Amino acid sequence: MLVEVRDEAGNMVNDASGGERLHEVSMVVNGVHRSAAVPARRLLSDFLRHDLGLTGTHVGCEHGVCGACTVLLGGRPIRACLQFAVMHDGAEITTVEGCARQDGELGTVQQAFRDCHGLQCGFCTPGFVTTITAYLEENPSPTEEEAREAIAGNLCRCTGYQNIVASVLRAAELRATEPRTMEPRTSEPGTTVLRAAGEAEVSP
Amino acid sequence: MKPSGFTYYRPETVEEALGVLAEVGPDGKVIAGGQSLVPMMNMRLAAPGCLVDINRVSGLDFARVDGVRGAAGDGHAVVRVGATARHADVERNAAIRAAVPLLGQALTHVAHPTIRNRGTSVGSLVHADPAGELTAVLALLGGSVELRSVRGTRTVGADDFFVDLLESCVEPDELATAAMFPASDGHTGSAWVEVARRNGDYAVCGVGALVTVDDDMRITDARTAYVSVGPRPVVLDASGVVGDVTLDNADWGATGRWAAGQLEPGEDIHATAEYRRHLAGVLTQRALRAAAGRAAGHRTGGSSGGNGTTGETAAARDHAGRGEG
Repeated sequence: MLVEVRDEAGNMVNDASGGERLHEVSMVVNGVHRSAAVPARRLLSDFLRHDLGLTGTHVGCEHGVCGACTVLLGGRPIRACLQFAVMHDGAEITTVEGCARQDGELGTVQQAFRDCHGLQCGFCTPGFVTTITAYLEENPSPTEEEAREAIAGNLCRCTGYQNIVASVLRAAELRATEPRTMEPRTSEPGTTVLRAAGEAEVSP
Repeated sequence: MKPSGFTYYRPETVEEALGVLAEVGPDGKVIAGGQSLVPMMNMRLAAPGCLVDINRVSGLDFARVDGVRGAAGDGHAVVRVGATARHADVERNAAIRAAVPLLGQALTHVAHPTIRNRGTSVGSLVHADPAGELTAVLALLGGSVELRSVRGTRTVGADDFFVDLLESCVEPDELATAAMFPASDGHTGSAWVEVARRNGDYAVCGVGALVTVDDDMRITDARTAYVSVGPRPVVLDASGVVGDVTLDNADWGATGRWAAGQLEPGEDIHATAEYRRHLAGVLTQRALRAAAGRAAGHRTGGSSGGNGTTGETAAARDHAGRGEG
């Protein structure tokens, strides 16, 4: 139950710089299998940014207040700065990179931010995009009040939030008019899943 | 900042977890949701040498209602929440919301939905933050926490569980495996109100209330519990102050003023002691009034079924749920 990386001779593998014990951590991130050997104290946010090179996830306050590092764990938003990567070995994570369409075009929520001028400096935007993506799965047609409440856990220092609230409502609108296609999911024979054409598949 | 290094353990059974905790002793710390512990580690306010991750321990991920609540209003049901159940799991559980509405009412005030997706209810009790809503909920309902170690199992009531500021009675080798929140009887209404400087922030003061009425709408019990007015949750029994009156004749304003006089809140950067005392009185009045309204709903609701929920309270709660969700 002590989870460590050991070499073929059974010796502990240590981090070259700090001499810390390393742990092999594997995740499915945005539908792609990724892994790295990291110390136990590596935060999930740093694992995504430094070890996997996915710098879309931003780190603001690093104590759970600002929401910039929000990613989706099994579809639910969580603060990546408040988790150790090693705790999520085997997990399925969606970052802001996974909120774009597979062809590289803007995803629904991203498009809504563009349409409504929902960002200025953009630092907080990845956390908003992931949070709103998950929220609209749960509540596809929020009222303005609900939209405001949905983003209450994310801080933005530029916009004054008005255009972000508008972006939530716009994203709901775009989502509703999007063509949805029935595609068979290969991992579960006999079942079909609904997803928007061009949307990146998140589950493996 | 980044946390300091630690040795990481990932047990898969309760027995394994207890073995590790016994072995590492005071150097060990249990991590479940990590929503309080990791910020403290990031800021180097905490630096445990060993972290015991219980997220994969089987048998701790439950949130359910045990026992059947009698149609006559006998409160025998108990909400049991396991150590790895997230706040969001408890909050979204319809059976739990019906059995102990106060849990759902308070949980919508616990940080933000994103934090509640990961933070655990049992973990927040063990953390014993004086601003933690669930500490007062457990104290108000007369609930308890189950603690296990290689030495055995004990169940500790809320009175003894909270020792001091950020200190619960959990020994270094113990694991809090579950929390029990007993349901009130069918004629009880509850409410949670609080004031925070920002949405989702720690409450400057928070109040939970329970009001019970008999068949003639006479108040038989009125109690309140507070967060952020001392190092531990504070419970006040206001029944004697409210007096043997019907709901219509209750003087909640006077009860609020009495409650303010009973409390000894401290001063901090957010509020003076005097302001906090005033706030506690006003919030007491609001919480009792809201709880009384729901208790009345229970009585007039009549055939509300075994779960003791009326359309009125369900609607009010659903509204709150949507607003916070």
